[in-house]
Amino acid sequence: MFVARSIAADHKDLIHDVSYDFHGRRMATCSSDQSVKVWDKSENGEWHCTASWKTHSGSVWRVTWAHPEFGQVLASCSFDRTAAVWEEIVGESNDKQRGLSHWIKRTTLVDSRTSVTDVKFAPKHMGLMLTTCSADGVVRIYEAPDVMNLSQWSLQHEISCKLSCSCISWNPSSSRAHPPMFAVGSDDSNVTYGGKVQIYEYNENTRKYGKAETLMTVTDAVHDIAFAPNLGRSFHVLAIATKDVRIFKLVPMRKESTSTGPTKFEVQIVAQFDNHNSQVWRVSWNITSTLLASSGDDGCVRLWKANYMDNWKCTGILKGDGSPLTGSSGQPSAMSTVLGSSVQSSQNALNGMSAGRIGKRAPFAPPLRQLTSPKIYQPPAYY
Amino acid sequence: MGFAWGPGDILVYETLYKASGASGSGCSFIHEIRKDEDIYSPILRKLFNESHHIFVGLQTIREELPSKSKKPQFVSISKNYRSVIRACMEELHFGSFFKFLFYSLVSILLAIELIWNLCEVLFIDAAPAGSLLLHLLDWVRLHKADVDERAREVLQSESPAEHHDYWDVPGGTQTLTEFDVKWRHWHEEVDRCMQDNSFASNRHLEVICKILLGDEDTLLDHKELLGTWYHFLVTRLLFCHPTVKPTELHYYAQSCMTMFLDSRSVSEPLDNILLAAFEFDIHQVIKECSIALNNWWFVAHLTDLLDHCKLLQSHNLHFGSNLREFLLLEYASGLFTHHSLWQLAVDYFDHCPEFGRVYLELQIERVPLETERKALKVLRICEQRQMSEQVRSICKIMAMRALRNNRLGSALSWSIRAKDAAFATLISERFLQDYCAKGTFSDLDLIDNLGPAMLLSDRLTFLGKYREFHKLYGEKRFREAAKLLLSLMTAKIAPQSFWMTLLTDALPLLEQKEVIFTADQTYELMFCLEELTSSLNITASSTDRPMQEEDVEVTKVELLRLALARNLAQAIVKEGTVET
Repeated sequence: MFVARSIAADHKDLIHDVSYDFHGRRMATCSSDQSVKVWDKSENGEWHCTASWKTHSGSVWRVTWAHPEFGQVLASCSFDRTAAVWEEIVGESNDKQRGLSHWIKRTTLVDSRTSVTDVKFAPKHMGLMLTTCSADGVVRIYEAPDVMNLSQWSLQHEISCKLSCSCISWNPSSSRAHPPMFAVGSDDSNVTYGGKVQIYEYNENTRKYGKAETLMTVTDAVHDIAFAPNLGRSFHVLAIATKDVRIFKLVPMRKESTSTGPTKFEVQIVAQFDNHNSQVWRVSWNITSTLLASSGDDGCVRLWKANYMDNWKCTGILKGDGSPLTGSSGQPSAMSTVLGSSVQSSQNALNGMSAGRIGKRAPFAPPLRQLTSPKIYQPPAYY
Repeated sequence: MGFAWGPGDILVYETLYKASGASGSGCSFIHEIRKDEDIYSPILRKLFNESHHIFVGLQTIREELPSKSKKPQFVSISKNYRSVIRACMEELHFGSFFKFLFYSLVSILLAIELIWNLCEVLFIDAAPAGSLLLHLLDWVRLHKADVDERAREVLQSESPAEHHDYWDVPGGTQTLTEFDVKWRHWHEEVDRCMQDNSFASNRHLEVICKILLGDEDTLLDHKELLGTWYHFLVTRLLFCHPTVKPTELHYYAQSCMTMFLDSRSVSEPLDNILLAAFEFDIHQVIKECSIALNNWWFVAHLTDLLDHCKLLQSHNLHFGSNLREFLLLEYASGLFTHHSLWQLAVDYFDHCPEFGRVYLELQIERVPLETERKALKVLRICEQRQMSEQVRSICKIMAMRALRNNRLGSALSWSIRAKDAAFATLISERFLQDYCAKGTFSDLDLIDNLGPAMLLSDRLTFLGKYREFHKLYGEKRFREAAKLLLSLMTAKIAPQSFWMTLLTDALPLLEQKEVIFTADQTYELMFCLEELTSSLNITASSTDRPMQEEDVEVTKVELLRLALARNLAQAIVKEGTVET
């Protein structure tokens, strides 16, 4: 069963982003009220706000954590055209007892001339690097050469994408076979031309990032983009949140030894889901890239999973308040244990599976609840 | 509507409002959703722990032995799994105060054991005709007994216990055909008795007779006593076709199910699973189970066992062992979110040849390192598997955390373990700065016992040696201390920035009544001093230092020069003197 718990966020305006730290014990939220809040999870699983402070002079769009190897570091970006890096300093002992901590600003990145729409740290094997993208289509990559001195950041790359950018995602692969690569999504609303997703790759020879691929089939505004964890595969998987959910597979094509340009990719679309029936705002992978989650304007979060035949299916739908979509009627939570979770999926009905019934049964025919997760052998044609 | 994935399968999401321009009200909520509450159930903990034990044992069965000799082993393992399930059920059934809360869990466990038992009979034990029925009888009896105490009493009176004795187990003293012949004789006898109405007087006896003949209608009349269609099936087989072959089972199963479930009732998932089993469609059984049950425990362990029995391949599944791995990976990944069960998951990943390692690498670095003890536990697991990058990363995280909290000793030991020279240098610098500021060292134990780790970084070596100097001094081994001190500068182990401090440390040695530094050593010290002052002069001229500071520096240098000169004089005299 999905268990939901509500946390009163206490922001004075809309929340735009929520980000877990690497271990999932801390979380940061940012809002239009120009502040960022940091929450810590206590041993009993409750979230406590341990810091709340004003970060920008405009709405804060995104907030992200650096890898804990670099300490407790956050980055935020805002409508006020700046991005900022924050570090937690260990406070006085009485602060600690009261469960408070202090964050101080280490640097402000003011190079952008327009609203900064996304900020992300690059994979840790590249060092401490921060990437921002702005509404005027410029992607900037900064590096802090001395990880102990977070006030020194140098702008290493400035890339113009020509379209207003809304999101970035780095390819997390640290394999030597894969040069550093990131994807940029654009929320430009003109649908007459495609290419709303661009892939850039680092070139060892030119020491610059060059455009490796443009996904021409993506013509609608892109709101979020996410590379899946690599798992040692040779190809890359990219999820895109646009008017629907799309999953692409990028297969690097063999490079000639003399070729010095960016890798050529074969782009395949693995899946496309329009179940949200509205704009999809966020996509995110779980750690092992076996589950993709997406959220949309229909107020639902959907979970997508591939069986090992590589067929993707929706395995769960959650409503805004955390309850599953209607289907599990009248089920007392006391009976909810079971060796499994159960979120009703409307796909079941479509596929003609008998919906699990809960209720009084003769003891010898125990009620087995209907599915959720592994729809392993479903006939492939469902979209 | 936005959200964030947590590492532990926890989804948090913000409420609404991505619509541009809308400025919403404050005090929005964030909802935290968590899947799989069950791994937190303390009762199931036992199931996970014990089955893990059995699983690991199964993996280590030697491959070279022919399957035939392994069969009894597999059967026994299957029985072990089942007994774990039963033990859980017992605990729930009798132990729990809130029995009603766990009712559905008990019934799920019941169903699982039922299915597993049937799979064991049909697939693993692969009972041939003759003993097949007896196994099925046991199977039904076992589960019927669990469930319906009252019915059992009635059943036993009707149960063919006496006939059980009448029949020798086929394969014992008689062959199947001999048995079959005997049985037919007996059947005809009973039938004849029926026909000549010898039991007409006693209604009960008549009914019993009809049952013994396997009359379907009579059996169906007593539906409630039978309870389930599979009990009906076994009963019918018992009285009509006791020598049923495994391959014939599914005909009877299908028809029995149809007869038993009239048009009103619909087949339950459990029924479909059992039917698939009777049809020997392992593939279908696993599929149906995966769909009906959400936790991967059952399908993962059962599939693994069936795979070991080489049963999956024989069913012409082109993904044979991949299916097993897929299920095991899913199951183990689910365990990883639990604060202590994750350790069980490690073994499961170990036995997934294709993706186990990379899954483990990804999952294990996300385990929260709340305490040093836990970090060490995680590290041990990584080190055992040569996951060097994860080791380095975890040590670095711990070192960073310690440094932030000003626990220099801890930070140093973690960076040594991470073999992170740069970080070790940094921390050594901090130690030295602390010493300059406070005059004492913290974490002496650690520095004293560095051993070969000292060589990780130059600065660290210096720190270790410097501390050694202090120790020697403390033990009044002045000559050795002096020698060490000098070597720190001449061998360039000490950074030049520290030379002033070292020279100042030399002062008490120079001022001793007894001459400690030899003439040669004194010359070297003077040389060092000159080197230092000349380089300082170069820098001093360009920097704007406050007068006071400069004064102090100058005084220090003067003092040193004086002490050195005096020492030199005394040393020359001493060395020149002939001992008489």
